[in-house]
Amino acid sequence: MNTTTAPLAATALPAIEASPSYWAGVRRRLLQDRVAVVCMVILALIVLGALLAPWIAPHDPAVGSVLKRLKPVGTPGHPLGTDELGRDMLTRLLFGGRTSLLMGIAPVATALLIGGTLGMVAGFLGGRVNAVIMRSVDVVFAFPSVLLAVAIAGALGAGIGNTLLALTIVLIPPLVRVTESATTQVRAIEFIDAARASGAGNAVIMRAHVLSNVIGPVLVYATSLLSVSIIMAAGLSFIGLGAKPPTAEWGLMLNTLRNALYSQPLVAALPGVLIFAVSLCFNLLADGLRNAMEVQ
Amino acid sequence: MASANDYMVDVAGLRKQFHVRPERWGAKPRVVHAVSDISFKLRPGVTMGIVGESGCGKSTVARLLMGLVEADGGDVRLAGQRLGYEPAQLKAVRRKVQMVFQDSFASLNPRMTVEASLMFGPVVHGMPRAEARRNAHDLLARVGLEPARFAGRYPHEVSGGQRQRVNIARALALRPEVVIFDEAVSALDKSVEIQVLNLLQDLKAEFGLTYLFISHDLNVVQYISDQVLVMYLGKIVEIGPVQAVYEHPAHPYTRALLASMPSMDPRRRTVAPPIVGDPPSPIDPPSGCRFRTRCPHAAVPCAEAEPMLVRTHTQTHADGSHQAACHMLNAAPGSWQPLVPTPPVHTRTTPGAMA
Repeated sequence: MNTTTAPLAATALPAIEASPSYWAGVRRRLLQDRVAVVCMVILALIVLGALLAPWIAPHDPAVGSVLKRLKPVGTPGHPLGTDELGRDMLTRLLFGGRTSLLMGIAPVATALLIGGTLGMVAGFLGGRVNAVIMRSVDVVFAFPSVLLAVAIAGALGAGIGNTLLALTIVLIPPLVRVTESATTQVRAIEFIDAARASGAGNAVIMRAHVLSNVIGPVLVYATSLLSVSIIMAAGLSFIGLGAKPPTAEWGLMLNTLRNALYSQPLVAALPGVLIFAVSLCFNLLADGLRNAMEVQ
Repeated sequence: MASANDYMVDVAGLRKQFHVRPERWGAKPRVVHAVSDISFKLRPGVTMGIVGESGCGKSTVARLLMGLVEADGGDVRLAGQRLGYEPAQLKAVRRKVQMVFQDSFASLNPRMTVEASLMFGPVVHGMPRAEARRNAHDLLARVGLEPARFAGRYPHEVSGGQRQRVNIARALALRPEVVIFDEAVSALDKSVEIQVLNLLQDLKAEFGLTYLFISHDLNVVQYISDQVLVMYLGKIVEIGPVQAVYEHPAHPYTRALLASMPSMDPRRRTVAPPIVGDPPSPIDPPSGCRFRTRCPHAAVPCAEAEPMLVRTHTQTHADGSHQAACHMLNAAPGSWQPLVPTPPVHTRTTPGAMA
């Protein structure tokens, strides 16, 4: 045993010829994808506008003047016109972005954390644990997701918090599914056996070996869910189950401006255009991310 | 005679069955007899080659010894440590035994650098990261990979032979006493293979290791092993010193395997196929001797009783270390009724050398 423990050289570590990590490569390829870059720029502008709304918005989102109802796009002082209560559209779109983006992103993030963990545990441990988790998920899957969100939000009552909860519950099952199938594939590869042979336990193997190999496809899927979540949040608000007036929210604005569709079609369509743009960008970004990750 | 503790590897009555899900609902679940009653002992510093056709249970033996698969029965002692399946017992055994897998690429995490892969095991066992990194660099140097060039690379950035060296280094990172090679050189080019084999010989001497070398390549096994174990359908058919087994194969299966061994010598050309067909399914192995369905010498008793491992009459190894499991081993030719009339198989290397 003596010879085996003697280190060859206790000298200082030589400089390691570093190779670019996998994620550096993904970033580089993503930045070469023109569509993805355009999407990222558009999303960044919208997110930035929403974040900075209290400072850059020209008016108060809740105060309007009945004298200035439904002004067209391009009115002096109101570049994007005014809504049915005479509130500045640009201001309300900026503030509405805060609510809408929060309702789109927060449920996906929470569901990713919960669903991803459940899926990884189910996929990695297999057997009975897998059966319990996956069959429970199947129960939720039995309902159409939009209907389920409506039912949950309806049962809990309107409000942003309840909408977030409803959306999270609806988004967990698909994420469990995707993570579970990715994990099941990774688990069968020999390096998991090798890690086990090194003496590592399940928790360590999942953290060190499984996570890094399943996070890619799961992240791509979660990005595509962002658009679904934003549309569902807007939909819930549209039918009165999400944000309550006078809160600015794109889906809710679309609903209240519905009657103005014939008098001021451009103004009435603006919230819808933003919902469309954001969800399309998230979808295209997910595609770009998938392409950037595929190269090995 | 040595006491029980003198053995580095002591396997007694190892058994493993896999249950196959029935194809139809309600059908009887079927059982694969992957490993049936395997026993052998190895002294420290010995290399044991395990040979046999694919599906004969070689790899299952490796996985059983590593504790990657739980055995149905039997007793395994490795470096004095009894193999158990409690997490703490497994962790203790895995310090002593390590394994190198066949697929050099699949057995490395594609998202980990070479260095990180080599550090993983020791860190799991509580080695500080800085020390583990130093250890990883030492090992890379010992397996012939320049640490400065290879430590930061990802598995897909190194060649197959280099990757297998990384896998060997990883197996050594925990300073094991036994290393199992499961077809570890089979996927390599011949020129790289011999380099790796020589590296294994050097490492064995340097680290004082005991090897279990699983391969279907009889030439490689002959080159690297001291002992050889021949498996057929989950059972040992012959075991003994490599020289004795290769020069005086006692079991018809071993003889057939050796006759099918490719050789550079034109005089050792096979005349007739030594054995024909595929091995029977391990789901329902033949009764009695499992080889009887393909054996040219099979007789009535072969179907009735399982042959035991008994010592052969090799002059060079009369100490009983050379054993084979065949009813015909000590039978006079023609004394038993043949089970199926099969014409005897002729090869020029074993002219009429029927035991």
